[in-house]
Amino acid sequence: MNSILSVKNLSKHFSNNKLSLTVLDNINFDIMPGESVSIVGASGSGKTTLLGLCAGLDQPSSGEIVLNGTKLNNLNEDERAILRNKDVGFVFQNFQLIPTLTALENVMVPLELQGAKNVRKIASDLLARVGLKDRAKHYPSELSGGEQQRVALARAFCNSPKILFADEPTGNLDDSTGALVENLLFEINRELGTTLILVTHDLELAKKTQRVIRLKGGKILSDEINEGIANDPTLYASTDQV
Amino acid sequence: MNIGWYFKMAWRESRRSRGRLILFASSIILGIAALVAINSFDANLRENIESQSKELLGADLRVFSSKPLLPEQEAIIKSLGESIEAEQSTEVSFASMILFPKTGDTRLVAIRALEGDFPYYGKMSTNPSSAATEFRKKQATVIDKTLMIQFGVEVGDIVKIGALEFEVSGSLLGVPGQTGFGSAVAPAVFIPKRYLEQTGLVQKGSRIENLAYYKVEDSEKLAALIEEVKPQLKKNNLRFTTVQKRKEDVADAFSFANKFLNLVAFLALLLGCIGVASSIHVYIKSKVKTVAVLRCIGMTGWQSFSVFLIQILAMGIIGSILGAILGSSIQMLLPTVFSSFLPVDVVMKISWSSILLGIITGIIVSILFALWPLLSIRNISPLNTLRESDGAKNSFDFLRMGVLVLIGIFIAGFAYFQIRDFKSVLLFCGFLIFSLGILIGISALIIWAVKKFFPSRFPYVLRQGLSNLYRPNNQTLILVTCIGLGTALISTLFFTQDLLISQVEFAGTGNQPNMILFDIQKDQAEELEEMAAGFELPIIQKVPLITMRLNELNGKSIEELSEDPDNDVSRGMLNREARVTFRGEMVESESLTEGEFTGNFEGFEDVPVSIAERYQNLMDLKLGDRLVFDVHGTLISTIVTSIRKVDWTKLQTNFFIIFPLGVLEEAPFTNVLVTRVPNNEVSAKFQQSVVTKFPNVSAVDLSLILKTVEDLLNKVSFVIRFMALFSIITGLLILVGSVIISRYQRVKESVLLRTIGGTRKQILTIYFVEYFILGSLASLSGILLALLACWLLAMYSFKMVFIPGILPIFMIYIVITGLTVLIGMLNSAGILSKSPLEVLRME
Ligand SMILES: Nc1ncnc2c1ncn2[C@@H]1O[C@H](COP(=O)(O)OP(=O)(O)OP(=O)(O)O)[C@@H](O)[C@H]1O
Ligand SMILES: [Mg+2]
Repeated sequence: MNSILSVKNLSKHFSNNKLSLTVLDNINFDIMPGESVSIVGASGSGKTTLLGLCAGLDQPSSGEIVLNGTKLNNLNEDERAILRNKDVGFVFQNFQLIPTLTALENVMVPLELQGAKNVRKIASDLLARVGLKDRAKHYPSELSGGEQQRVALARAFCNSPKILFADEPTGNLDDSTGALVENLLFEINRELGTTLILVTHDLELAKKTQRVIRLKGGKILSDEINEGIANDPTLYASTDQV
Repeated sequence: MNIGWYFKMAWRESRRSRGRLILFASSIILGIAALVAINSFDANLRENIESQSKELLGADLRVFSSKPLLPEQEAIIKSLGESIEAEQSTEVSFASMILFPKTGDTRLVAIRALEGDFPYYGKMSTNPSSAATEFRKKQATVIDKTLMIQFGVEVGDIVKIGALEFEVSGSLLGVPGQTGFGSAVAPAVFIPKRYLEQTGLVQKGSRIENLAYYKVEDSEKLAALIEEVKPQLKKNNLRFTTVQKRKEDVADAFSFANKFLNLVAFLALLLGCIGVASSIHVYIKSKVKTVAVLRCIGMTGWQSFSVFLIQILAMGIIGSILGAILGSSIQMLLPTVFSSFLPVDVVMKISWSSILLGIITGIIVSILFALWPLLSIRNISPLNTLRESDGAKNSFDFLRMGVLVLIGIFIAGFAYFQIRDFKSVLLFCGFLIFSLGILIGISALIIWAVKKFFPSRFPYVLRQGLSNLYRPNNQTLILVTCIGLGTALISTLFFTQDLLISQVEFAGTGNQPNMILFDIQKDQAEELEEMAAGFELPIIQKVPLITMRLNELNGKSIEELSEDPDNDVSRGMLNREARVTFRGEMVESESLTEGEFTGNFEGFEDVPVSIAERYQNLMDLKLGDRLVFDVHGTLISTIVTSIRKVDWTKLQTNFFIIFPLGVLEEAPFTNVLVTRVPNNEVSAKFQQSVVTKFPNVSAVDLSLILKTVEDLLNKVSFVIRFMALFSIITGLLILVGSVIISRYQRVKESVLLRTIGGTRKQILTIYFVEYFILGSLASLSGILLALLACWLLAMYSFKMVFIPGILPIFMIYIVITGLTVLIGMLNSAGILSKSPLEVLRME
């Protein structure tokens, strides 16, 4: 089977005036469709940078990224945007809802961009799925952090992406709210068969994915399969609590 | 994806930010309102002049001569149009004194002795209205209404003109062919022409205008008639005016006012443009996050650009339409404002062409000036979702450069459209670019200076306020440019207004002469001087005055010259009657600039004459030029041997051309006497006895004229102020806008400060420092730029010295800085009154 995300010899440097900083140094990995992978590492190890590069939000200094069969290096910003719209979903640490749109409208945007039909229905269903049916008309500033992140989840899954990137999705939430969002994330992910790339420094969370890539100082420290987990049915046991 | 979605998205997205969009729309509204009001007024005025063009003249054709008529001229006038049965009226018009026996008052007026049914178009409006026809039937008169009021004259009273008494039939409200302007100095008094002879006022040498009016119903016959008589009139030194010509003259007379108004409209629009650019700039800044998310989700640069373009376009269209509506309503006020200057009754109608032009201009302005900040949306990186940064990447963008070029072309093009003078447009645009450069330079300087000389020992709030000037996301550049440019435009209007007004102010006090007597015949001079001595009035000047006409210039006749394409001097100037004096020396108000002044000469060939610099410029003359003058039938050839600089502001009789003694003494000249009367009472008594004894002599009391001029000036300055108000309001709006803008950048910060424990007072002080420095520097730079602009205007355009008043400068500084600080603080106070939590959630 072909990998959905393939990273080869990826490096990223930042230069600020005279100082040059190597943030990512010769990274290589392949991710298969349907796989769930977490990227862990200390603060400043380059996780977010890596995620941004994989999703085509930024250009690497060297190396190549192939996302769902398309080589990102050859695409310009707009072509990458169209690719993201089709195949990619996003969840951010600080939610990143559009403040001027209601919850429902936020969820609708990606599908509307595709010109899809039945957008409102699909979006409402997803909102209901994350338990926010009656908050559809509220603006982000009128929602709690956990609620905002659930809207963000609904938005991320709205276009049925092939691959979902999540950067510390629970980093800004308390434990129980975090757990709620986590479970929703894994659950919908499993239902839709989406590939999941999860950035976190929470090792407990990382354990719930099939594979863990450890970063340190911009290099891959280890890349391991979470043996016991892949087939462990108990992993998703708690989802019924939603 | 269908187009409809962009509109839907634009609509939704705007819901929470309409306040900011309204700010943008209001700049457009005011700018377009000014434009539409002024252009509509202009269009209406033109249309009214067109439709009432016959009323402007009161006849189809007017023939006139400013000299007593020779018998053959009289014959031509009489026979003119006989073949086509044209109706005809004749008039003799001249300045004279009128005496009101009831009170004994006298006053200089324009006597118009009329025979026939003139006016044929429009009507002589009088009160009672029957007076317009009644006075023609008997020894009666109609008198300008201001005069009636001023001297308490009533219908049925008797007035004395020359040797005759006339009964007042009514007051004159208006007559075709006369504007309120001309009648201010010498108000009109109509009498039947058949009594003219008996008044004894028409004497040799007095300045008399002979006119004849014709009415020809059929326009083809009229055209044929004019063609036919043209050479004949020319040959006999008779001049004529057709309706067409009169129309053009009137339009010309208004072109100056028009230019000024168009300039005001243009400035208002330009201020509006600045408002658009700055409000959109901030609007886009506040949208960085939204755009980043949209791009992350997969929107392309152009797609996100389109969403916001639609919003701005919609507001631009709404703003333009509202502006056009507002402008069309303001337009209705303008005729009232201008009423005393208008040659025709202006009926205001909605001018659809002006409205259309206004709306189109508004839309173009909204798009063009919004594009520069708007295009940066394309460059907002989706990375902003992961990491906060300033917003757009600042790489070189050809499209944005293209927009700058378009903006330049638009401004220049529009300026040309409104001002229609290539050189002025170039100067104007040059100065605009220069000002922008200066202001950008000043903001850079502020940032550099604050960083470099940062007073690290100052108290915390001061330091914080100062550092706000250079920290990331600072508003130094945008505020200094907007406020500075706004201030510059407003102050320029203020200063030029002062400049124009000061130009006309007389130094009417002190020992200046204040009464001029003219049309004094040679044999009356001595007796009149004795009479003045009897009243203990000093003879400050006694000047002979003689009128003559230029006949040849350097061997070329006037006809040849006026047909010569190389000759720049206007026909009117060449044909103008020259008023000349002769004396042996120069006077106080004159100084020699070239050649040598000749005081005495004998003979009539190559007489050495002296000309004034102004005449030199008008006629394009130099030393040694040969001029031949026609002095009441006698030709005298002269050579320009000296050029004088004349101080025209001195209240003296000054002359373009001075002959030496010994040439003109035998010619039919009249005398002008200049004296000073101590008060109104003596003035009235003296005028009275002069008029009684010498009815043909006219006296002008300058204090009266001074008052008239002052009235006029008040009206003019009211108009100027009224128009300037537009620009000022737009400018203030931009100021408000610019400052409100900054609010969005400072919200988070002040909330954080408060959360950390800053008191309201501390936070307000921080803002005070920041806005005070910005407001001060911006308004001062604006004022300096305006001073420079006015100085240049004064030097090169008005040709006078510009001495700015300290008070207006100070006022403008205080007002602009005060407003900046006030609005800035109010703004921040708005944030401070909310709980930090509320504000943080808004983010
Ligand atoms: N635009 C930039 N310019 C300079 N340095 C940068 C830039 N972006 C990131 N870095 C640096 O790259 C390094 C990696 O940053 P990154 O955000 O990827 O870390 P992270 O692993 O996500 O950390 P955290 O867990 O704290 O979010 C950091 O040291 C950061 O300072
Ligand atoms: Mg990170």
